[in-house]
Amino acid sequence: MLLLRRLATAISLLGALALGGCAGEGSGVQSQKMATIKARGSLICGTDGKLPGFGYVGSDGRYAGLDVDTCRAVAAAMLGDGEKVEFRDLNPSERFAALASGEVDLLARNTTMTLSRDAAGGNGLSFAPTTFYDGQGVMAPSSSGIRELKDLAGKPVCVPSGTTSELNLADRMREEGIAFTPLKFQTLDQMWTAYFSGRCAAVSTDRSQMAAYRSILPQPALHTLLPVVMSKEPLTPSTINSDPAWADAVRWIVYGLMQAEELGITQANLEAKLAAAKADPNQAELRRFLGVEGEFGRQLGLPADFVVKAIRAVGNYGEMFERNLGQASKLKLDRGVNRLWSQGGLIYSPPFR
Amino acid sequence: MRSAVTPWWRNRRLLPWLLQAAVGLVVLVLVAFLLGNLVRNLTNAGLLLTWSWLGNPSGFEISETAIPFDASMPYWRALLAGLANTLKVVLVGLVGATLLGTAVGTASFSSNGLLRRLARIYVELIRNIPLLLQLVFWYFVVFLSLPNGAAALQMPGVVLAKSGLYLSWFDTALQWQVPLLENGVWQAPLRISVEFAALLTGLVIYTGAFIAEVVRGGVASVPRGQWEAANSLGLNSMLTLRTIVLPQALRVIVPGLNSQYISLAKSSSLAVACGFTDLYSVAETTLNQTGRAVEVMLILLGSYLVIDLVISALMNRLNTFVQLRER
Repeated sequence: MLLLRRLATAISLLGALALGGCAGEGSGVQSQKMATIKARGSLICGTDGKLPGFGYVGSDGRYAGLDVDTCRAVAAAMLGDGEKVEFRDLNPSERFAALASGEVDLLARNTTMTLSRDAAGGNGLSFAPTTFYDGQGVMAPSSSGIRELKDLAGKPVCVPSGTTSELNLADRMREEGIAFTPLKFQTLDQMWTAYFSGRCAAVSTDRSQMAAYRSILPQPALHTLLPVVMSKEPLTPSTINSDPAWADAVRWIVYGLMQAEELGITQANLEAKLAAAKADPNQAELRRFLGVEGEFGRQLGLPADFVVKAIRAVGNYGEMFERNLGQASKLKLDRGVNRLWSQGGLIYSPPFR
Repeated sequence: MRSAVTPWWRNRRLLPWLLQAAVGLVVLVLVAFLLGNLVRNLTNAGLLLTWSWLGNPSGFEISETAIPFDASMPYWRALLAGLANTLKVVLVGLVGATLLGTAVGTASFSSNGLLRRLARIYVELIRNIPLLLQLVFWYFVVFLSLPNGAAALQMPGVVLAKSGLYLSWFDTALQWQVPLLENGVWQAPLRISVEFAALLTGLVIYTGAFIAEVVRGGVASVPRGQWEAANSLGLNSMLTLRTIVLPQALRVIVPGLNSQYISLAKSSSLAVACGFTDLYSVAETTLNQTGRAVEVMLILLGSYLVIDLVISALMNRLNTFVQLRER
């Protein structure tokens, strides 16, 4: 059944490529993908669907999370309404085929940016700016006495199959000469079920993800996140390589959210800032950023005020973080390296000029 | 010359041939166009079929393998190790399902009412529940709730624990060795992982139910008179079954078994549901790491096709063997 589903994706990919003819030949900013999205009137966004903080369905039946908000920001910027998004839940193995075959327009699914995923000869994705800088860690029951990697020698470790986590762990353990048994699971639910039932001595994936899962447990203190950080995991939204205009649009919408935080524009004070920018011709930077003057929007194939629309829908990057991952959420993650560059973090938008 | 030569457009032998050639040409052009388009688009997307990546180091581990494997070995070795795991579960599964199916199938003819009813309940219960659900049940509900360490279920020569099933067997010094608990970890010459055990249990019990029905159908196809004749010759029921009924029933059973065997081989790809690393699971990781979706899918399709064709061919040989030989 799973095979059948994967097969269907592969065949549709083949079919799309066989029948696609000369599709994708746009001129100027008229990208095929953007034309399709506008004609459809909604953005199709690939997301995890089950990962608290990034992409999951809340108790009110609404999708929520940092990745989900990225989708909403793009939909709002393009179509004027952050609700015009159709979400597709994708597992780690389906995500790239779904993007390549055009099943989803945008992949915002806690995906690590790597060389082989970016390269045209690899997965052939086009990455937007990184929205969350993560690292891979290990979590083990507090009572198990596992405190560092070498305590895992000869023990089974649960990992999600087909992810960078699986490879990083294998690399690191090989380097350190520790023999271990990886138990791979296709869905995170299966992996966590196996871990909680005690089949694995530890579980290894992105630290934020483990913090997220631990946060929804009845007794989070029973599980310890080991101090080891064994990889860089820049979680980044992506589009297909073959439509640069679409990739640019997504890139600058995401940068807009970061720049808005830097400029102190929030969902709450947006209208006031906009009115101030309109009233005062000397506020050149703000006027350009909010699309009161200049033609940034047109150059990207977006409405002039795309940044305003995006912020109106989801707020700036800092607000998105606080709401989904920070103190206002259950996860209570520290901003850490995900602070603005001006505060010593890695979140940095190139100039809007 | 009175009768002129028939012109070619009225030639009754040439015309159908021309028509067929024309249709053939159209099909050929269409296929060539689609293939050309596919190759062009794959090239543009940088996805043209290449196989050189098979030689790159895989970089991932496989938890249990029938052939030696480690992360420094290339992708083709990883896929081969996955294939070996698939073959292992298919082969053991075929034997198990056949034994179980035959036992249950013949039990439904038993004179013991309890046995007969139990066989019916088993068949109706199992074949009406999706296999995926059963696998998830066996793995997460049954095998993962086994206790670990000293609390493990211990039977003479066999230990059932969450970390695996430990069986007695000859050790390297050819001494009979029973499972031993050392520092809270069980050691035994033979260890079966719970993932493999769950997959095997699920497949055997599921396919066994269908095979039971095939066997029942086969036995029922033997005329009642044959039983009665054997009875009147004084043969007991076991002997009747073995020498009179089964040889005749096999002619009906074997073709039915063929499709059940094929279905078991294909269903083994559901191994991902219970954490067992089979060919499909390795292919999935490979696909993710290399991005070669089309090639990996072709390898997968080819492998399962070959496995099923081999099973089919063997079963067809068996079929001709049990057929009525007319003299």
